[in-house]
Amino acid sequence: MTPPDTVKESRPVQADAPVEQALPQGLEETLPRATADRIRPLLDNPVLRWLVRNPIWVFVLIVFVFFSLVSDHFFAARNFQNILVQTSTIGLIALGMTLVMVNGNIDLSVGATLALAAAFAVDVQSWAVFATWGNWQILPAVCLALLVGIGLGALNGFIVWKTGVDAFIVTLGAMLGIRGLVFVYTGEQSFYAMNFAYSDFSALSIGPLPALALIFLLCTLAVHLLLSRTVHGRNTYAVGGNREAAVNAGIRVGPHMMINFMIIGFFAALSGVLLSTQMGAATPNLGRDYELWVITAVVLGGTKLTGGKGDIIGTLGGVLAIGMLRNGMNLMNVPAFYVYVVLGSILIAVLFLDKRFNRTADGGLRL
Amino acid sequence: MTDMIERPAREPALRLEGIVKTFPGVRALDGVDFEVMPGEVHALLGENGAGKSTLMKVLAGMYQPDGGTIVIAGREVRMATPLEAKRQGIVLIHQELSLVPEMSAAENIYLGELPRKSFGRVDWKTLYARSDAILERLRCSFRGDATVAHLSIANQQMVEIARALTVDARVVVFDEPTASLTDAEKVVLFDIINDLKAQGVGIVYISHRMDEIFTLSDRITVLRDGQYRGTLDTAATNEDEVTRLMIGRSLDLSRDTTPARLGDTVLEVRDLTCAPHFEDVAFSVRAGEVVGFYGLVGAGRTAIAEALFGLRSCESGMIRVAGKEVTIDSPEQAIALGISLVPENRKEQGLVLQMSCRDNMTLPQVQDLTAGPFVSSGAEIAIFDQYRDRLAIKTPSWRQPVGVLSGGNQQKIVIGKWLSMQPRVLIVDEPTRGIDVGSKSEIHGLLRELAAQGYAVIVISSEMPEVLRVSDRIVAMYHGRITREFSADEVTEDALVQAISGIGVELVS
Repeated sequence: MTPPDTVKESRPVQADAPVEQALPQGLEETLPRATADRIRPLLDNPVLRWLVRNPIWVFVLIVFVFFSLVSDHFFAARNFQNILVQTSTIGLIALGMTLVMVNGNIDLSVGATLALAAAFAVDVQSWAVFATWGNWQILPAVCLALLVGIGLGALNGFIVWKTGVDAFIVTLGAMLGIRGLVFVYTGEQSFYAMNFAYSDFSALSIGPLPALALIFLLCTLAVHLLLSRTVHGRNTYAVGGNREAAVNAGIRVGPHMMINFMIIGFFAALSGVLLSTQMGAATPNLGRDYELWVITAVVLGGTKLTGGKGDIIGTLGGVLAIGMLRNGMNLMNVPAFYVYVVLGSILIAVLFLDKRFNRTADGGLRL
Repeated sequence: MTDMIERPAREPALRLEGIVKTFPGVRALDGVDFEVMPGEVHALLGENGAGKSTLMKVLAGMYQPDGGTIVIAGREVRMATPLEAKRQGIVLIHQELSLVPEMSAAENIYLGELPRKSFGRVDWKTLYARSDAILERLRCSFRGDATVAHLSIANQQMVEIARALTVDARVVVFDEPTASLTDAEKVVLFDIINDLKAQGVGIVYISHRMDEIFTLSDRITVLRDGQYRGTLDTAATNEDEVTRLMIGRSLDLSRDTTPARLGDTVLEVRDLTCAPHFEDVAFSVRAGEVVGFYGLVGAGRTAIAEALFGLRSCESGMIRVAGKEVTIDSPEQAIALGISLVPENRKEQGLVLQMSCRDNMTLPQVQDLTAGPFVSSGAEIAIFDQYRDRLAIKTPSWRQPVGVLSGGNQQKIVIGKWLSMQPRVLIVDEPTRGIDVGSKSEIHGLLRELAAQGYAVIVISSEMPEVLRVSDRIVAMYHGRITREFSADEVTEDALVQAISGIGVELVS
């Protein structure tokens, strides 16, 4: 990517900071010096260097190998398809959550938004106005559901922007309020999709990939490009890293954050629509605790709650790690409640290791 | 190292020998020797990044050295934690205050070691009696029951010092203690240091301010690039020698006397009012000149800069940029008009520390550096390379997070960020705060150079030598008003001091 005219300027620059490959500070301190010296050259290998910087993928590999060995059913194309479909729901929201969290905010209302969007998607297609539309009646229903998601996101973002109240509080309120609206709207009943084309969608495959998995992977790619390559993505890091500096650089922080809330609202709604196609129904309790699963996945992927740090590659790792753990333990007939215990422990353990090994040189105070 | 016979008659309170500390890829300390005698003030000097802070963190048990020995009162010791260091009588008074603001002064003083009664209850009576005694010794005007959050910064610093006195301190380290003190408070601090000294405590004094070091210290040790550069007797040396040791060359402190080639008036401000920060402010800046704003902290200088940059809305007045009357309601508009601001706290207001040097540099214009929907990395690197070379920014690569650079280089990144926007007016608020002497003079030179290239430059500074050195004109402010304007030829230090203290000057409106 370096333009040719800068090549001639590659004069030696006096170092202000490390030039040679260095292990993460925590590893340097934990390992015996001889071992550290022996490991350091390995970092010249780009794959290994990448793994050290993205520890969640090491974990994904471990989980993958572990279940492949201990379970007869894990290592199979059919099961991989399953994992992708199962993770797509949480995964899609996690994409939006990564943006919002890198921004230094959080969104707790995604589970409730998902439920409301799903209820709209299933209900609207049976409205009398669309009775003669045939399968096309699905289109306005899905569009309306997605708009509901975007609108709720915009509302969250607008309140955060204009009131300055912490996003945690605003979206906590939204979580309660929207869930209440779901019950009001559905009258505590489940809606069932009368048009079977709707529930057939989830069984659709394009080549070897189930449609749901494909949507998730395409969205992942899109959000990855958005965050890593576009101006909006750059500003997302800047606003989360140092809001004041972002303001001083002329970034309009309020509208910027609102856009990210709209994006996560969109993904929550999309996730709700896809989930309801899988079930052919929308229940008022749909998406309960999803905000916690999503945050777990995003945090496992290395995104910091304080903002300014994180990426989609890490989030994908976090989503897959959770998906494979749930799937693998399920295949091994581990009772569901133990899955929670294991996942909770792993969350804390992984973050502990990350803190231990990926410290920066000056942040190394022992508490 | 030395034979018994060669040892000085008195045992040093503390001796560090050949201390080595390596961070990945950086040798932060490379065989540093340092000692403090009881009853001595030993100044530790060096540019930012020379290793002073690392050395002190080793001393305070926060870092473990990779090599070398620490000898306290003749015994070699290892200190694994800050608490152990404190037990050895070594106390560090931090540059950044580390107090719990919601707690009382007394609780802060004895934090972690509150006196107890049965069942672990706090013995408040003893606590307050003891802390009041210490505060009295420090001649503080407040008592132990005062809430720290309500104290002034200077008094908070006193609490920090009081904390040091709870143990039988052998060595007290002061790290830039005067950074936030007024002159009167400094006098008190120096008295305290002299008291401690008389009691036989060894003092390590870290500061960038030469005048303080020469008034206070007995000896001066200089570090450069993590290496020991020598120890000098304060009485037998001078600023020049110390500076040379510090930066490896002498410093040219003279003013660049090339007369400015003035262009048109770029910025004109009339009757600008933003109560309570400033009132009826009027001045103008022409292309090719540096206008210095000098005054006490709170005189309204920064508020003017913020108003010009759209961060503050004004009640009345007029701003003209390049002859056209404008209103500025947001930084976005200010930037579009060619006004840029290098803020006074670069870490809090200027930089996104975990972002790379390149990304910080291109932040305000990244929307113009796109190829299709994506940011063009090549265009960004081209800009970064251009300003890295122009401003002589030292960083191994554009990927380096800005947070690991030295203060001087960070400041240059902020300046480069705005220069690459081709501004008309460059406002620089406290251009060299927290920056070491070497980089300081480099930045001064840079500001002069920018003016010579036709930028209109406003420099806000609380340091008189700085204002005198870089400005073609100096605007003096007192209490939100401009009291006087000097040209570089007519200004004298006395007149300037009077103008910013509101003495005997008619208010110019």
